[in-house]
Order: sequence, then C-alpha cells, then structure tokens
Amino acid sequence: MAISEAVKTVNLKINGMDVTVPAGSTILEAARSIGLEIPTLCYLKEINEIGACRICVVEVKGARSLVTACVFPVAEGMEVFTNTEKVRRSRKLTLELILSTHDKNCLSCVRSGTCELQQLCKEFGVDDPDYYKGENIRYEFDDSMAHMVRDNNKCILCRRCVAACDNQCISVIGANARGFDTHISSPFDRDLDSVSCISCGQCIVNCPTGAIVEKDETAKVIAAINDPSKFVVVHTAPSIRVTLGEAFGMKIGTNVQGKMVAALRRLGFNKVFDTDFGADLTIMEEANELVERVKNGGVLPMITSCSPGWVKYCEHYYPDLLPHLSSCKSPQQMQGAVLKSWYAQKMGIDPKDMFVVGIMPCTAKKFENKRDHQHAVDGLPDVDVSLTTRELARMIESAGIFFRDLPDEDYDNPLGEATGAAVIFGATGGVMEAALRTAVETITGEQLPNVDFTQVRGTEGVKEAEYEVGGLQVKVAVASGTKNAKILMDKVRAGEGGYTFIEIMGCPGGCVNGGGQPIQHAVVRNFHDLRTLRAQTLYEADRSLPLRKSHESPAIKMIYSEFLGQPGSHKAHELLHTEYTPRPKYN
Amino acid sequence: MTATELNVLRDSAKAKLTAGSASGPAARIVVGYATCGIAAGAKPVLESLKKELADLGLTNVSVEEVGCIGMCQYEPIVEVYTPGAEKVTYVKMTAGRAARVVSSHIANGKVVAEYTIGAATGEAPEGGVIPLSETAFYKKQRRAALRNCGVINPESLEDYIAMDGYQALAKALTSMQPGDVIQVLKDSGLRGRGGGGFPTGTKWSFTAAQPPGKKYVVCNADEGDPGAFMDRSVLEGDPHSVVEAMALCGFATGSDEGYVYVRAEYPIAVLHLEKAIADARAAGLLGKNILGTDFSFDLHIRLGAGAFVCGEETALMTSIEGNRGEPRPRPPYPAIKGLFGKPTTENNVETFANVPQIILRGAEHFNCVGTEKSKGTKVFALGGKITNTGLVEIPMGTTLREIIEEIGGGIPNGKRFKAAQTGGPSGGCIPEALIDTPVDYDNLSAIGSMMGSGGLIVMDEDNCMVDMARFFLDFTVDESCGKCNPCRIGTKRMMELLEKITEGNATLEDLDKLEELAYHIKENSLCGLGQTAPNPVLANMRHFRDEFVAHVVEKKCRAGVCKALLNYYIIPEKCKGCTACKRVCPVNAITGNVKEPHVINTDLCIKCGACQATCKFGAIIKQ
Repeated sequence: MAISEAVKTVNLKINGMDVTVPAGSTILEAARSIGLEIPTLCYLKEINEIGACRICVVEVKGARSLVTACVFPVAEGMEVFTNTEKVRRSRKLTLELILSTHDKNCLSCVRSGTCELQQLCKEFGVDDPDYYKGENIRYEFDDSMAHMVRDNNKCILCRRCVAACDNQCISVIGANARGFDTHISSPFDRDLDSVSCISCGQCIVNCPTGAIVEKDETAKVIAAINDPSKFVVVHTAPSIRVTLGEAFGMKIGTNVQGKMVAALRRLGFNKVFDTDFGADLTIMEEANELVERVKNGGVLPMITSCSPGWVKYCEHYYPDLLPHLSSCKSPQQMQGAVLKSWYAQKMGIDPKDMFVVGIMPCTAKKFENKRDHQHAVDGLPDVDVSLTTRELARMIESAGIFFRDLPDEDYDNPLGEATGAAVIFGATGGVMEAALRTAVETITGEQLPNVDFTQVRGTEGVKEAEYEVGGLQVKVAVASGTKNAKILMDKVRAGEGGYTFIEIMGCPGGCVNGGGQPIQHAVVRNFHDLRTLRAQTLYEADRSLPLRKSHESPAIKMIYSEFLGQPGSHKAHELLHTEYTPRPKYN
Repeated sequence: MTATELNVLRDSAKAKLTAGSASGPAARIVVGYATCGIAAGAKPVLESLKKELADLGLTNVSVEEVGCIGMCQYEPIVEVYTPGAEKVTYVKMTAGRAARVVSSHIANGKVVAEYTIGAATGEAPEGGVIPLSETAFYKKQRRAALRNCGVINPESLEDYIAMDGYQALAKALTSMQPGDVIQVLKDSGLRGRGGGGFPTGTKWSFTAAQPPGKKYVVCNADEGDPGAFMDRSVLEGDPHSVVEAMALCGFATGSDEGYVYVRAEYPIAVLHLEKAIADARAAGLLGKNILGTDFSFDLHIRLGAGAFVCGEETALMTSIEGNRGEPRPRPPYPAIKGLFGKPTTENNVETFANVPQIILRGAEHFNCVGTEKSKGTKVFALGGKITNTGLVEIPMGTTLREIIEEIGGGIPNGKRFKAAQTGGPSGGCIPEALIDTPVDYDNLSAIGSMMGSGGLIVMDEDNCMVDMARFFLDFTVDESCGKCNPCRIGTKRMMELLEKITEGNATLEDLDKLEELAYHIKENSLCGLGQTAPNPVLANMRHFRDEFVAHVVEKKCRAGVCKALLNYYIIPEKCKGCTACKRVCPVNAITGNVKEPHVINTDLCIKCGACQATCKFGAIIKQ
C-alpha cells in the first residue's frame, strides 16, 4: 500500500503514452505534463478538490467505474484513457443533466463568452439543451448586497464560490437543503446582507457561470455621461492598467494604461484621472498618522485601511481591534473627496454637478462608497459610482471601441500624476513598501539609498520584516486574503507579534486578484499564478517611473501647499479621514 | 478490573442468571422489550407480570427486559426459564395472558400451551408445547451476531459478562499481539455486513499498517435502508458486544479512540449504548489501562440527524467532524486519511457484533458455516408480503426459497410469490426463477442485486415492478446529498421518466433513455449511494422488462397498481343492483337503478377503490 519514501516518481500510461510524474500527482496533473487538458468544472487547485461535477472523468484500466482526474492520484503502472467514446459520452451526458436545471438565458448573460459551462457544451457538442428536460425550481435573486447579485437559476452547484468564501475564512455561503433541492445560500437562507459577507467578490471571480455577478452600475455612468449638466470624472485604480487587457484577449499582465486612458476618453468622460494620485495622498496621510501614533503613544500596531473588504471584515470579526485601523480613507475615496473640493474649486465647478466614477479591481468598493463618513463635500458621496474592471470592459465593448488598436494616451492633470509608490498599491505589500519609502525618509530626514523593500513583496499569505529606522526597530507585517488577516489579527488581539505597522488586503494577492478583476477560467487559474503575473507588471511600472516616493510627487506637493496645508491638518481630516462601525455577524 | 477478576465475575454472573442455581432465581422471565416489543404493547405485559408475582408473593422470580427476540408479528413475547426445563416462549401476550402465565406456569408449574409459539404457528400438537428452536421460523437460523439479543438484559454489564462478555478483549490484551487479532479475523473470512462486503481483517490491517499516531475506530450505526432494523436490534439488545469489538479493533489497529455514529431516531439504542459505555468505563473495560494492561481506549457517541447518505463512510466521518454530511472522493481511503484526517477503521454494527466471538472461539467457530467466499451468518429483516415478518439470522448459503418459504412461512392470502428485494435502495428485485440462489455477497451481486445491510422485502403478484422501481428510486432522489451532478440531477430525471411510464405517457425511446441514464449514474456518481441508486430500476428492467413494455406499449399495469393505467368496471352479471357502491362513490361516478346492474363512468371515476371495497358480490374489477 504505502509508497516508500525513496520512490519519488511514478510511471504510468496515459492514452498509451508513457508518463513519469512526481508521486502524489493527480491524473489531471499527469495529463497536463504531456499537454493533455482534461476539462474540469468544480476543481480549483488546493481550494476546491471535491470531485463533485464529474466532468473530468477518465477511464482507468481495472477501475470499477470512471474516476475523477482532478483528485485521483496516479499509481505505478496505471493505465489511463482520457478521451474514449465512453468518457466523451459521459461528459456530454453530465453536461446535458446540468443544462436540464440551468437557466439557459445565455443571449444576454454577462458571462456569455466567458462562461465555462457554455464553453464545455460547445466542446462536447451538446446540441440539445433540453435532452433531459424536467421539473425545475425557480429561485429568487439575492440582490440584497450593494456589490453583487446571486441568481441560483444559473448555479451549477460546483461549490467554487463556497470554497472561495471558506478560503477567506468567511464561510457565509454553503449548500442548503439536499438532493435536487440543494442550493447555495447563506445560513437559513437569509439574505446575504444579513450575514457577515465582506463584499470581497472572490465568489464572483471563481464562479464558472453567471450565477454570481457584480451589481452592474454601467447604466448610471452612461446616463451621467449623456447628461450635459454633469461633469463626469473617472479615475482608475493602480491594478486596472495590468488587468483590463485580459478582457480583450491580451496576455495576462499586459500594461494597457495608455489604451485604457484612450478608451475612457472615447467613452465620453470629461476628465480621466489616476487613482494613483489618491494613493500617493493616502501614503502622505497614513505615514503621518503612523509617525504621530509612534511619537504620541497611539494605538499600535497601526493597520492599513485601503481595502474595504478588509475593513468590513475587521468590523464584523474583530470589532475590538478597530482602533488599530488607520483613519485614512482609501485612495478611491480620497481621490473623490479632493475632486469634489480642491479640483472643483480650481475648475469653478459646483460639486453637485460633478459625477465621480472609480474604476476599481474590487466589488467592496461599491459598498465603500455607500458607507457613512464617505461624504466629505456638502453631504455628496465622495465617489458616485464604482465600476469593476469587468464593467468597464463591457462599456468599452458595447461602445464599439477597438481597444487593442487604440493609441496610448496620458492621464489628465493634476490628478493624473503619480509616483511608483502608488502603482504598487495594487499588489500585496505595495502599500507597506510605499509607506516605508515615505515614513523612513520623514523620520530620518535622509534619502533612502534603495527604495526596494523586497521582503514585503510576493504572494506569500503572511510576510514579516524588521527595519531599523532612525535608531528605532520597526517590525512590520503584511497579509492578503482575510484567512491570512485572521492569523495576524489573532496575534494582535493576543498582544503578540510586536508589530508597529501592518498592511492587510482583503483579497489573496491584493488588488491584482480582486473580486472585480477580469475572470479567468479555472483551467487558467489552476495552472497560472494570476497574482504574480499581474503584480510583476506593476513592479516593472514602479521601476520605470522617475519618481518612486509619494512625498516627491509634484502634484502631492501642490495640493498640500495650495489646499491641505500639512498631512494630518484639520482640512485633511475633514476630507481624507473616516470612521468605522462595529458590525454583528448576523443582523 | 483485571482478567482474573473478570473470570470471577463471569462465574458469579452466570450463576445469578441461571434459574434454579444456588445464587439464581427460582424462575427467570424475560420480556422482549426492544422498540418493536414496546410498540406492540410489552409495557402492560411487563407490569402485569410484576404485579401478579408480587400479589402471589413470588419474590424469587426475576423479570427482565431483554432485546428483540425476532418475531415481529408475535410481539409482545415473554419467555420463561425454569430449572431443568426447556425455555417456554409465549407470544401475542396481553396483561391478562401475562397474569395467567404467572398464576399457572410460575406458581403451579403448568405451561399455558395455548399462548405458546407452537400453538400460534400451529406447529405444536393440540395442547402440546414445542420449543422455539424447533419452529420453522427458528430451525434454520443460527444466531451469532444476535446471540445475546432477547437473552440478556442489555442494560446489565454483568449479564453480558455472564455470556463470556469481554473475554475476547481479555484474551487479546493478555495473550495476543495486534497482528494476531487481525490474522484471526482474516482467517475467519468475516466480510463487512454493511453491504459492501469488504474483508474485515484486511480492512483492519490497512489501518494497522499506518505509522503509529492518532487513529480512530468508527462504528457505523446509521442504519437507513427502508425496512432494515438489524443494527438497531443489536444495539438495543446487546450493546456491549459492539463496545467490546471496537476496543478489540482499537487494540488491533493501534487506536485509542472511537466514535459510534448512531441515528437519533433510535433513542433506545442510544440509551443502551450510553449506559454500556459508561458501565464499561466504570468497570475498567474502557478508558485508561483496560484490564490493567497498557492499552487505553475510549468511545464517544455521535447522533446522526437522519440523512441516509451519512451511512456512506466518508459522509459519516464528515458529519462526525461537524460538517454537512456529504461524501468525499476516495482515494484517499479512510484507512489512510479518515476521520479528522487520521487513519480510521470503520465497520457497521453487525460486523462488530461478530468480532468478539471470533477472537474468543477462533476463526473456525465462525467460518464453519457459509459459502466459499461468504462465511458465517447474516441477519435479515424480513418484511413485505410474507407470513413471518421479523429478524432472522441465517448461515450464508441458505437459499432465498428456504428463507421465504420455510423461515418466512411463505406468502399470505394464497397469493403467488413474485420477487424478493434485497439491498434496500441499493439492491434490486430477484425474480421467482432465481429463488433457489444461495444467499451470499457474490451471488446476489451476480444477479443484479446486492447483500446490502440486510433488508429483505417480499413481493407478490399484486406488486407492480415498475412501481417498485419507482418506490426505491423515490427514496434515493429524496436522500441524495446533492453534491455530484449524476446523482442529484440524474436520479430526479430517472424518476420523471419512471413517472411517465407509470402514467402511460412514455415511449419505447424513454425506456432506452432511462437505461442509458441509469448506467451513467452508476458509472459517474461520487459515492456508493449514487453508484447504486439505479440498481432497483436496472434489476427490474432486467428481470421484468415485459412489465415495463406493457406499461409503455399496451398502457397496462398488470398488477393493477399504476392508477393512471387502470379503470374500475362493474361486471353486470355479478351486480345485484344493491346501490352500495353508488352510495359510497365520492364523485357520483356510478349510476344505475335498484336491482339493476350499475355502471361506472370512467371519465368521472377517480380510482379511489371505495366501490370495490364496498361491493359484497365481487362485481367490481379493476383492469
């Protein structure tokens, strides 16, 4: 039974070909090693290995029934057949069964074209979607949340959303009822807004069909653009420039900043700005707050508050630790607040006539701009609408813009000017690194010889580093994904760790892997590290910029000298800082 | 307690249990007091026995509640042990009968022959008495797993010890190595009684081969097949046998902790098990340093909330872990990665109940009966269209004919046998042509059914085989956990096709579609529940295809079960015009004048059957 420790590889045959793979590999991995893609639907590597959808079935010589390649381990001498008539017929029949319960309203489904079920049906020649037509259950939509809509009529019960939610240590969705009545919902079928969903949207990017989608707000934006009385301003978050291209078939990690700006102009926005400006501003305020807390014995460690998914998580799960959160608004909200104050004044526009749109990698941003204390100017929302990368891609598509053929254009000024420190906000560790660049120089008053804080980079769930700053030992930590946040927060709650400053992003890998980013099929997600591929382009962008420290940005210098005064000034507090609210797990 | 002290206790307990011995009672009366006995009215019988004994001042007579004696339709049952005499079995007892048994049999030594089993079955000569063991129902049985059921008080550790209880554990702990225990089990040929039939010794050896560390023993007492109640009877009637076997398993596999996963719907089983565990722990037969040795082992009980799928081993473990009871893919098998991710040995109640005797008396004691590949005995819950319903334990290799015609007493009401169903919703129907098949794991699988956990349901000519297939499938559709597509959606779609057939709306293509889907679900489902769910349909299509075709082509249900395919008619020659049917018809579908033949308007008739039940002249037929 037991494979001895010495044997590290296994020899098998797949479709008659000899294959040697490391012991412990699955049939799926072994097949892939010789260039065979076995289709999957429920499988998410390391997250959802449940063998439930039965699409990846293959024949194994001597096995009693078909086996699931995604989870079945290879064994010495095994003979596998991945593409026999029986296998193909089985996959097709399973698809026909799934279709018999699926709302096949594909024509206008936002996932049409990116739907994994649709693609499989095409690949397996499912020509009669009603072959097993029968009784079905009609489910009500759950649109109780600000950021998403669940349509269980399109759910295929692959449980990828459940796994993604579990992987975030949130677990507010799961299977309810059993047998044919099984459906995914919150405990006791409550609406999502009555449980502790943090709006991260990881369920959305992992859904193979249109069962979970962001709440589409493009119509509001188009209406504003078409309203001559509105001055419509858009700003794009740091990570959008390295992900938007994927929606137009471009290679993962392509920097499309110039084309994106061009596309936004063609959509009719009056001004196209960069949320990176807001990110630089965040660093100024946050670094100042940190220095103040250290100097004045404030609550430490201080924890970043850029990620609204993370903030909501903290409010639900660690309400006692809210004093640790930086009072700084997120870059999106800072950008909106200064647009409706400083910029509006400069341009002589009534803030009521200004409509601010944020293009965000994030679904929680839709929740963030509806929060209290995010209405700095005359009670107006700092940001009127947050669109995800996906919604922007749909707007571009439906406007008939040939994205790939667009020229590169530059952002408008002054809120389109930013440093490399702001660009890396999109990757886990980026805010920490940007803050360190400014904080260290502020405290020591000396120029950093090297601005690369590489210890806090990378996709590892929890990262720690220790630096000596002006004679002070400073220990920092970075976590992405709320599962990892939990590890750090438990330490903080227990008074352990000895951290001064912590960066937390709600999504695993940070904004590049946010819940609002373009959807890649599980097949791609399972075998390519999206987080790394997208993040490395951000670090390249940082390296290529002349200015890489927020406090050196001319635009930042300008806003402080013209308008805000000093970081942490009264005005800065009015516009750029916020408050948090403890939230129950059920309400 | 040490092994020596256990022997001393056994000898004294044995004496106390023997009527007429120095320390025993003058007579010992036992009342079948399992769930079934209580439901049939055992409580007033018990009270009456006690009251009558007290009234007559018979203080040296013991009255005890015991587990299931096995004959459902003869409950409540009382058995009387007196010194030097054969045990007398009284059936269909009432409070009044109980009082008479005490006053006549106990007080005056006169057996009340007309209340005994022989009188009830007609096997005893007029006024005579025959022992239970000589009735047709018992003659071919051999009680191994059920050996203590109905014999000892299940709530008494002492009673169990009197029957050599915990001697196997003592033997293993003091004179055997773990490997020896496994070898004896392997030699015995014991196979899993939960349905799969995997060799138990081999299963234990897999867990034993895992590196030392945390390991678990799990007892599957989530008996869920419709009509099956073997495991309940063992837990209610002899819980210590399972406790002892699990400790033996712990010793053999290197585990110190076990779980019994038992249905919450079995409250008496749970109570008896709880008491058995507590008593064993208090006596040093569970817990730290059992019988003064280095071996420690303890048990917990987890209650199942009533999901059939939790009888599947991985779903059961997922449920114990506190999650929704759903199966997980295998491999990894539980022996490698089971409960809480640790190596785990899981067996069902009946399997465990066989173990102590095998270890104590040796492999030959067990494998001297049975067939080549299926050794020992198997408990069946006999039900359906059969004279003697109840719990029977037969040697493997007994034919279905012996079980049905001899032990079961044949089909009541002069009806013709049609099929026997084994394996519950995972099995299939066996037609009359195969009734001489000797029952064992391999034979039943070969004819499209399976051993299953032991439900055996008999059908007669009035059963429609399409409807039976629909009935069993309806169960799995309801009990599917919903995790994998073939089972969740496929069984539902099969069900819809079967309904189409029973309603007369199907085509021959639908039969092909049904069969194709059935094989797909078998081949593609995640767990045993789904993989076997189509069996009742496939077996019936194989053995009774003509009935399916008749439903589809002729739109006829020959058994007269499928309502949509039958109509009620009045035979004019037989109708006396009494108007009884007309008066009872709820929808006024019957017309006719007094003393003239009546007519049923089939368009209005809702086929409730009230007219037929009312007619005294047999004038109403359905076809």
